[in-house]
Amino acid sequence: MIKIAFIILSLISIFSALMVISRKNPVASVLWLVFHFFGIAGLYVLLGAHFLAAVQIIVYAGAIMVLFLFVVMMLNLNLVNNEKRGKIIGKSIGAVVSGLVLVLFTYSIRTTKWNELFFNQVTDQEWGTAVKLGSLLFSNWLVPFQIVGILLFAAVIGVVALMKRKITRKVENGIVITQEEDVA
Amino acid sequence: MSQFNPLEAFNLPIVYWQIIWAGIIVAFVTVFALFAVYLERKISAYAQDRMGPMETGGWQGWAQTIADALKLLLKEDIIPELADRRLFKLAPYIVFAGSLGVMAVIPFGVNLIGTDLNIGLYFILALSSTVVIGILMAGWASNNKWALYGAMRSAAQMVSYEIPIGLSLMLPVLLTGSLSMIDITNAQKSGILADGYFWNWYIFRVPPFTLIAFILYFWASLAETNRTPFDIPEAESELVSGYHTEYTGIRFAMFFLAEYANMFIVAAIASVVFLGGPLAPAPWLNWIPGPIWMLLKSLVLVFIQMWLRWTLPRVRVDQLMHICWKIFLPLALVNFIVIATLVVLWQK
Repeated sequence: MIKIAFIILSLISIFSALMVISRKNPVASVLWLVFHFFGIAGLYVLLGAHFLAAVQIIVYAGAIMVLFLFVVMMLNLNLVNNEKRGKIIGKSIGAVVSGLVLVLFTYSIRTTKWNELFFNQVTDQEWGTAVKLGSLLFSNWLVPFQIVGILLFAAVIGVVALMKRKITRKVENGIVITQEEDVA
Repeated sequence: MSQFNPLEAFNLPIVYWQIIWAGIIVAFVTVFALFAVYLERKISAYAQDRMGPMETGGWQGWAQTIADALKLLLKEDIIPELADRRLFKLAPYIVFAGSLGVMAVIPFGVNLIGTDLNIGLYFILALSSTVVIGILMAGWASNNKWALYGAMRSAAQMVSYEIPIGLSLMLPVLLTGSLSMIDITNAQKSGILADGYFWNWYIFRVPPFTLIAFILYFWASLAETNRTPFDIPEAESELVSGYHTEYTGIRFAMFFLAEYANMFIVAAIASVVFLGGPLAPAPWLNWIPGPIWMLLKSLVLVFIQMWLRWTLPRVRVDQLMHICWKIFLPLALVNFIVIATLVVLWQK
């Protein structure tokens, strides 16, 4: 039963990942990416990491993908033409990077001890629950957790600083004139 | 309190029970939507000093929404020529599935629940965040400016209001120490004062913080369901009707159904998390079964949603964002930190 679910979910993930990179329409790519995240969330559930699965859907499928959709819809990227993709430099850089990624993956797949890692042999069924994950985050991994928090906080401050505008109002001949200036 | 346990009563494997429960939920939501549309019309009529539907079916026009639903099902299904056909067809189902899936973890009785996940409340937040994707899909695939603007507004609003909703729902989680909806319900049975009374519900548990959280949740959920005073995505005067402008027939009916299902779902979440869900307000009322209390509490909240819709004016977009980010969010954060501190001190 779990094996069938695993096969179905991984097929969904792989197929939708392939669709993400093969679609010409960026909106379609983003929507396939959402499906991909659902597949990954399903795999997390199979591993017993329910909390992580929910977070995956809230953060990625729910929030970040909505942001992606916004950007894609606003920028109207439909006009990406195929001629630009033909450049030799771009293609060769892509080939080198994906070749390196392939080497990395092959290495890690070959050196992993699959018998020990196989999902049926997870001894502690509770390891992925909110309680376990939370107590781990606030004990063993407190410092990295806080550092991630500070990083995100810095990003938020950066956004505020970039978006902050100075608004000046003055009255000339009975008409209120508002001026917006970029501060950053 | 009814201790009816469907698994033991019929001796069914859990998968069969879940399939049956899913059928019950779909049937219930459909019937509820018909009932709620009728109720909404009557309430709007009384708010505007009219009579509302009076003809169809005889007494008080009770069959009006049934007739309307039949009409919607029989209507021609039109897809705009320049629409993205596949996304256009898919969108209503994603919106509907996202709303309806939440019902799986809402307890209607102490044992009456689709499945008691250990991340129950988080599951609700996760699934309801996927509704936004469906709405953006609908707006974009329609290839219509109004639909796209409606979808954009809807998405912006839902993503912003998810934050105060999440933070205020976390208060009961902090007090319970569990995300499971059944645990949250059971934790409201007993408290500091006598067990089994309504003052053990989370809304009255730590005054005034949980009360504030309940109010914040309720107002933010109005924005989440795109209802007045936060119905900017469907503002008729500027946007025709928002993201479902181009939809007709059964697909429009799906959106409509999802909207009314959503009203019930946010009310049901509020009643489970803050109002004790299926628990009776006093021990001598325990002979009334849990599902009835659950429905009663949820329907009262649904009624308040409709009441507000027909009495309050619509806010502007900037006011909407101002309310969310400058009033709701700080309040929810202060609430959250105060309760977290209290819980830590209490445990020590």
